[in-house]
Amino acid sequence: MKQMTGAELIVRLLERQGIETVCGIPGGAILPFYDAIGQCDTIRHVLARHEQGGGFMAQGMARVSGKPEVCLASSGPGATNLVTAIADAKLDSIPMVAITGQVPLGMIGTDAFQEVDTYGMTIPLTKHNFLVRDAAELLEVIPEAFRIAMSGRPGPVLVDVPKDVQCQLVSFDDYPPVAAPDALPALDLAAIEKAAEMINAAEQPVLYLGGGVIHSGASHLAVTLAEQGGLPTTMTLMALGAMPIDHPLSIGMLGMHGARYTNYVLEESDLLICVGARFDDRAIGKAAEFCPKAKIIHVDIDPAELHKIKTAHVGITGDVTQVIEALLPLVQVKLRKRWLSHVASLKDRFPLAMPDADNPRSHYGLVHAVADALDDEAVIATDVGQHQMWVAQAYPFRRPRQWLTSGGLGTMGFGLPTAIGAALAAPERTVVCFTGDGSLKMNIQEMATLAEEDLNVKIVLMNNNSLGLVYQQQTLFYGKRPVASKYKRAVDFLKIAEGFGLEAVNLDTADNPAATLAEALQRPGPCLIHCSIDREEFVYPMVPPGAANTEMIG
Amino acid sequence: MSMVIDREAAGLVKVVLELEVANHAGVMSHICGLFARRAFNVEGILCMPLPDATRSRIWLLVFEDQRLEQMIKQVEKLEDVISVVRHGADHAVFERLETFFR
Repeated sequence: MKQMTGAELIVRLLERQGIETVCGIPGGAILPFYDAIGQCDTIRHVLARHEQGGGFMAQGMARVSGKPEVCLASSGPGATNLVTAIADAKLDSIPMVAITGQVPLGMIGTDAFQEVDTYGMTIPLTKHNFLVRDAAELLEVIPEAFRIAMSGRPGPVLVDVPKDVQCQLVSFDDYPPVAAPDALPALDLAAIEKAAEMINAAEQPVLYLGGGVIHSGASHLAVTLAEQGGLPTTMTLMALGAMPIDHPLSIGMLGMHGARYTNYVLEESDLLICVGARFDDRAIGKAAEFCPKAKIIHVDIDPAELHKIKTAHVGITGDVTQVIEALLPLVQVKLRKRWLSHVASLKDRFPLAMPDADNPRSHYGLVHAVADALDDEAVIATDVGQHQMWVAQAYPFRRPRQWLTSGGLGTMGFGLPTAIGAALAAPERTVVCFTGDGSLKMNIQEMATLAEEDLNVKIVLMNNNSLGLVYQQQTLFYGKRPVASKYKRAVDFLKIAEGFGLEAVNLDTADNPAATLAEALQRPGPCLIHCSIDREEFVYPMVPPGAANTEMIG
Repeated sequence: MSMVIDREAAGLVKVVLELEVANHAGVMSHICGLFARRAFNVEGILCMPLPDATRSRIWLLVFEDQRLEQMIKQVEKLEDVISVVRHGADHAVFERLETFFR
């Protein structure tokens, strides 16, 4: 017979689940749990400076490891601060377990100090959530939370634990089994055969890879499928790295900021093979005009994604790895010389323009200079905005989980704490956080966490002293009337970094910026690398919101 | 001013959905919230625990539009939903209730 408090029980169950690092901030309603964590030798707690930062650190760990990771917050403002990181994990299908403290059971519903309806508030943002009413329920709830987070399409799960439940003594005979993911859906062999026939019969097929390929660990299989079937392959923002960008069959990222030729190739395709992607509006533009000539094969582990935006001719519910494995023996080897040479000619005529790419103080040049100084082992995180799109367009991604970005929710402030999480999960890797001055300010307090943990994270700041993508949209679509997008005063980020205890280098004043950058990237430990960027540099091409992908500007 | 859409006049057909769900506080919120945030109107809703008390049955009356299949798939994804069965509008459960709404 074992006896312990609810708080100790949660700690033991996290240990058994293999959790080694948790991120968060303590507060009144979660103090019993923190007391239990403090007495645990196997779990390291990383103290964030804002709960949203803690949530993104857990995401960074999960995006690198592929396993569910844990963040912690107290009740009330702790939980409300965490909400953005949870919503972000939901939209990008990132496995995460959030544990929040709650006011004692008897005080729930009384508007108690720091009481908020965390359960109700997180229903639409989580894959599932729990409010624990008795410590004995934890034996079931904690393993369930991990099982749900990692099964099928991954996602965030929240467990809200009232303070008295954390203190309650619970007796039990044995620990529950360690949670494992659910069995994968059964393969629909008839649909897979039909899909293979369509691929073999197609004249101008395109393979369209999404984040599901990364989650399923199917990148190498997707590349094999492309090579065997002679399939030009485009990737969504979430799938970058699934196929090396310099692979001859890669046609790069599609969508709002994809290269012209990529969107033109899709326009001409007669068969679209969508694998682990969800026809997001930023990827496909106006849905009715996307791939107008193409039949569609759609593979996704989430049955609700099939036929949601585009009706598929063949919809296959299944794990991407298993479905591609079943497809491969049925797909004929094809060279597709005529189609591939047409794709190559479109690429020649409408390539991605990267002006000034040799200048490390220009936007594309800086991205290239960072890539030149690193190898493919580095992890590249971004914030959200122009810098994010420039990195997505220009960085040579060559492996899955090399690239961490906020795709679905598009959360400014994502970059720095996510990079910290990545460095916690993979301390042997260099982690770069490309950011903008607008985004960095949204979670800048995590510089303190970074300095304290002394992690190998390099913040590459593209500073145009504005909300650049807003300024760009106002310039292009709102009659050149910028409103609330240009900062009136500039912030001295070098002094700020110094104040937080980080090293900082300024490429603006460096005699040899490429050398200064390479030195800073190679020196172990955290560093801010600052570079001013011209506010008038825009992300091109650009599909106006709501327009078809063929209506690109620039 | 809010606009009231008369779905019956628009020629939409009613459908009755029968859900078997886990019986605990919060399940109704999960289900009603899902319909609300996807802007899918629920015309009628009934919920009672089943005899073994670990499960409840929820009856929903909705109009069938082209999003109904997608809504059913989203409902099926909820952890607390055990099964979803679709019936025609002539199902007795709401018809018999009509006397209480006159």
